[in-house]
Amino acid sequence: MSEETITADETTRRDFIYVATGMLGVVGAAGLAWPFIDQMRPDAAVRAAGQPVDIDISSIEPGAAIIVTWRGKPYFVRRLTEAEIGAVTELPESDLKDPAPAEPRIGGPADEATKDWVVVAANCTHLGCIPKVVDTGADGWNCPCHGSVFDFTGRILRGPAPINLPQPPHVFADASTLTIGTDTV
Amino acid sequence: MSTYEAHGTYTPTSGIGKWVDARMPLPRMMYDSFVAYPVPRNLNYAYTFGGILSFMLISQILTGVVLAMHYVASTGLAFTSVENIMRDVNHGWLLRYMHSNGASFFFVAVYLHMFRGMYYGSYKAPRELLWILGCIIYLLMMATGFMGYVLPWGQMSFWGATVITGFFTAFPVVGQPIQELLLGGYAVGDPTLNRFFSLHYLLPFMIAGVVILHVWALHVTGQTNPTGIEVKSKTDTVAFTPYATIKDAFAMMVFFVVFAYFVFYLPNYLGHPDNYIEANPLVTPAHIVPEWYFLPFYAMLRAITFNVGPIDSKLGGVLVMFGSIALLFIMPWLDTSKVRSAVYRPWYKLFFWIFVANAIFLGWLGSKPAEGVYTMMAQIATLYYFVFFLIILPVLGLIETPRRLPNSITEAVLERNRKSGAQQVASGTAASPETRG
Repeated sequence: MSEETITADETTRRDFIYVATGMLGVVGAAGLAWPFIDQMRPDAAVRAAGQPVDIDISSIEPGAAIIVTWRGKPYFVRRLTEAEIGAVTELPESDLKDPAPAEPRIGGPADEATKDWVVVAANCTHLGCIPKVVDTGADGWNCPCHGSVFDFTGRILRGPAPINLPQPPHVFADASTLTIGTDTV
Repeated sequence: MSTYEAHGTYTPTSGIGKWVDARMPLPRMMYDSFVAYPVPRNLNYAYTFGGILSFMLISQILTGVVLAMHYVASTGLAFTSVENIMRDVNHGWLLRYMHSNGASFFFVAVYLHMFRGMYYGSYKAPRELLWILGCIIYLLMMATGFMGYVLPWGQMSFWGATVITGFFTAFPVVGQPIQELLLGGYAVGDPTLNRFFSLHYLLPFMIAGVVILHVWALHVTGQTNPTGIEVKSKTDTVAFTPYATIKDAFAMMVFFVVFAYFVFYLPNYLGHPDNYIEANPLVTPAHIVPEWYFLPFYAMLRAITFNVGPIDSKLGGVLVMFGSIALLFIMPWLDTSKVRSAVYRPWYKLFFWIFVANAIFLGWLGSKPAEGVYTMMAQIATLYYFVFFLIILPVLGLIETPRRLPNSITEAVLERNRKSGAQQVASGTAASPETRG
């Protein structure tokens, strides 16, 4: 061995072990990095708490709104009056920042004649504050943080919020029960 | 910069000193860095905030470590444990007020330090890396300050955390998963509080690490000075000790007197009463504001109320806010002027002071509700902030005629002494100490 001469561009056993060690190190580091990142994501208990929740809605009169939580996040359940339904259906869709028809956003139990329920996220789509329910007036909600204003079905009218309040998966299981977290009974 | 490398004048006298010096010459390094180290002879009090900041960092770490002995990072107990610190823990009120007001005074000092750097052109070659390391420290300070404000688990803590982590949802596709990764859940909760506590404890030590790099870079290039002219000869400098040491120490004491006044007499002046209400995920305070030191950026975030092409108002606001900080990093390359100090740049001086006033104005706007005339004023002020960096800095360097620069620091100092000496004869008053060489 000592009598051999090795030129610079010749592959040696040292080159092999250099590359092999480096590759193993890189793959190992990358493999180990994932658990360190993954542990920050919602854990099993948090995900399990994301099961659908049942809400008793029998005592909510038209014009009233409640806040319920699912997955630790708040949601509005609001029962509209006839005047409020009239106001949102009259709004020209093309005037809206995030155009969407009002009717599909209003639902209710299958055996009820008039659909007058609105279920929307209670976190403003801007930066997550909880908008205040406007009891009287033409608007449905206004956000105290950055001034976004929503109509009675949670569609953005003006302000910095980019999109309408999203609707969670939900279903009216029977005349007095609303289930949030799933859209099948 | 041979003048800065040639100062190996440390000679240990005691036997122990020689023994240590031959094995690990830490005392030699400290002596060369903080005793014999030459600094420009004309440094004024604007140059004392670096030393003040070092002591604020130490103060924050010391008070923070002892507060962590009494604090519980759990959503059910955090608020109570902080009240417990305030009422039951011996001297807990003092330690907590020192820590919470210390954060504010840390930012007071860092803003003055940064404005000083901008005024005297400290960011220009060859100190770009020194400036960038400072910007990294500032970013780390903001992250630490934000996470620390969440820990007491008051209403502002909770909703501040919700709003700030909500920034990330502005980014399409990846936004939501990033937010869930940061929060460890679908909303701010126990996992969020725990990781913020862990990181709030970690980041100050990372700041300390970057501070060491910052000081290292400083000692390679040497300080700037009010004239902006590089050190040319030995007469341009004085030894760090005693000259800079006593000046730094005096400024520090004055700063600490003001700090103590706030700790003892106005401990909640810089805070927000809503944070003494326990966090409630179902009720948003009527008016969410961040800590005062984030207000200018908050105002810029809210100023963007309109969509620009495919960028909606929310993403636009977030980009403007992050962009306003990113501009600081590239400032050394935005400024095209060869002259460092604003003293010799009449137009830059004017635009600089407008920039300072504008930054304070933005801070005031950030504390106001985002509606009506405030939004419009915030838009104008945001525009100036960006115009200053992106138009004024590059263009001014090309068209401005600077005043005549003195040949050296010594010449500038002697010139000033001569003038004040003449005034002294005329008015018969004592010379001000700062002009004494």
